[in-house]
Amino acid sequence: MKISRFFKTILMTDFISGLFIAIKELFKSKKTINYPFEKGKISPRYRGEHALRRYPNGEERCIACKLCEAVCPAQAITIESAERADGSRKTTRYDIDMMKCIYCGLCEESCPVDAIVQGPNFEFSTETREELYYTKEKLLDNGDRWENVLAANIKSDNPYR
Amino acid sequence: MEYLNIIFQESYKILFLLVPVLVSVAMIVWLDRRVWAFVQKRQGPNVVGPFGLLQSLADALKYIFKEIIIPASSNKVIFILAPIITMTLALIAWAVIPFGVEQVLADINVGILYIFAVSSLGVYGIIMGGWASNSKYPFLGAIRSAAQMVSYEVSIGIIIINVLLCVGSLNLNDIVIAQKEMWFVIPLFPMFVIFFISALAETNRPPFDLPEAEAELVAGYQTEYSGMMYAMFWLGEYANILLMCALGSILFLGGWLSPIDLYPFNLIPGAFWLIFKILFLFILFALVKAIVPRYRYDQLMRLGWKIFLPLSLTYVVLTASYLFYFNLLPTI
Repeated sequence: MKISRFFKTILMTDFISGLFIAIKELFKSKKTINYPFEKGKISPRYRGEHALRRYPNGEERCIACKLCEAVCPAQAITIESAERADGSRKTTRYDIDMMKCIYCGLCEESCPVDAIVQGPNFEFSTETREELYYTKEKLLDNGDRWENVLAANIKSDNPYR
Repeated sequence: MEYLNIIFQESYKILFLLVPVLVSVAMIVWLDRRVWAFVQKRQGPNVVGPFGLLQSLADALKYIFKEIIIPASSNKVIFILAPIITMTLALIAWAVIPFGVEQVLADINVGILYIFAVSSLGVYGIIMGGWASNSKYPFLGAIRSAAQMVSYEVSIGIIIINVLLCVGSLNLNDIVIAQKEMWFVIPLFPMFVIFFISALAETNRPPFDLPEAEAELVAGYQTEYSGMMYAMFWLGEYANILLMCALGSILFLGGWLSPIDLYPFNLIPGAFWLIFKILFLFILFALVKAIVPRYRYDQLMRLGWKIFLPLSLTYVVLTASYLFYFNLLPTI
């Protein structure tokens, strides 16, 4: 026991085998990705930046039921609504304070018309706090920009809902 | 006028040596980080320039533009002098490193002694930096580093004696030429291993990076330094590592000799082989950094004084008796 240990120390067998493992690992494929240029895979359920969607004819989906405002645990959503000229109820104001938001996804789940959704975008950091008070225009704009991905995500996640 | 001419010529030669050394120090930092990352299956620096080759230049640029902070209670003269000494000492030792038969800046007959003296002085830069910072962690780091470097210098010195016994000359070129038949790594293999480990300790590399053990001492003697002064410590450290690799390849791996003394290999200039060997040793340095945990301080001291010193002393006796008994003592 003692003698084998002595020879192990003198011949540095552990160290040498470690060195060979290191050399072997040197040529294996990398586990990290080149982040800004390549991104990791994101689940269709990913809860990223919010977006307000529209119907294909351009009408906004939101009917100002205020369920999202009611369910929001951080009280980040503020909605004001009014009757439009054609008699439909629409929001006049739909604000999300992205700094209050905890990205729980309850607004998306409570929405009866799939209007407010959380998209796959997670790179929306800003330089000032003001830019993180999202208004209705910003959210609709997000919806227009991400519509393809959002629709595909909702469709692929549908069987599990 | 003739005097000026000589000065001009000499400084031209010095520049011709120093600029490649500094550039290769920058490259070696990149290589170190890259190898380290690859062993851990990370990407490593790969954004600046092709394969991230210019990362060190970008870092240097960053350091140049950073503010140099001098602590109010520090000893300012020594505080500023310390990184300058570290870097200068790391660079002047390159004067005697031979890259070929005639390709050496100063072909002095006590070359190995000169390198040994200069690398011993390297302790001063660190201990001055640690003391002048007037702060506890740098001071502890400096004390550790001084004790560590002094201990391992003893075993390196005795290992060098082994080589000198086989060569009979202190001139580095003679040492290289004496290995024409057989590199010293073969008869003196245990000494090569001990030299390698001592060189790790001498240059404060993991597993012996106690002077800058992050978990215990923040950054050791560099804690209070910032900007270009920190970069100079850093440059000095890596220049020292390169120097140790060069010394290892000259003492044991045949310096600028080609590994096989045959026709196509003979044509390649010696400088290439030396650089190749230095790179080989450096990659070993980098691999060791990636695979070993840090030593405890008492383990470090035990290894140096109780294991390496007796082992290398015994080997000196063995080498000397062998050479004496078989009448192989060199006569130059």
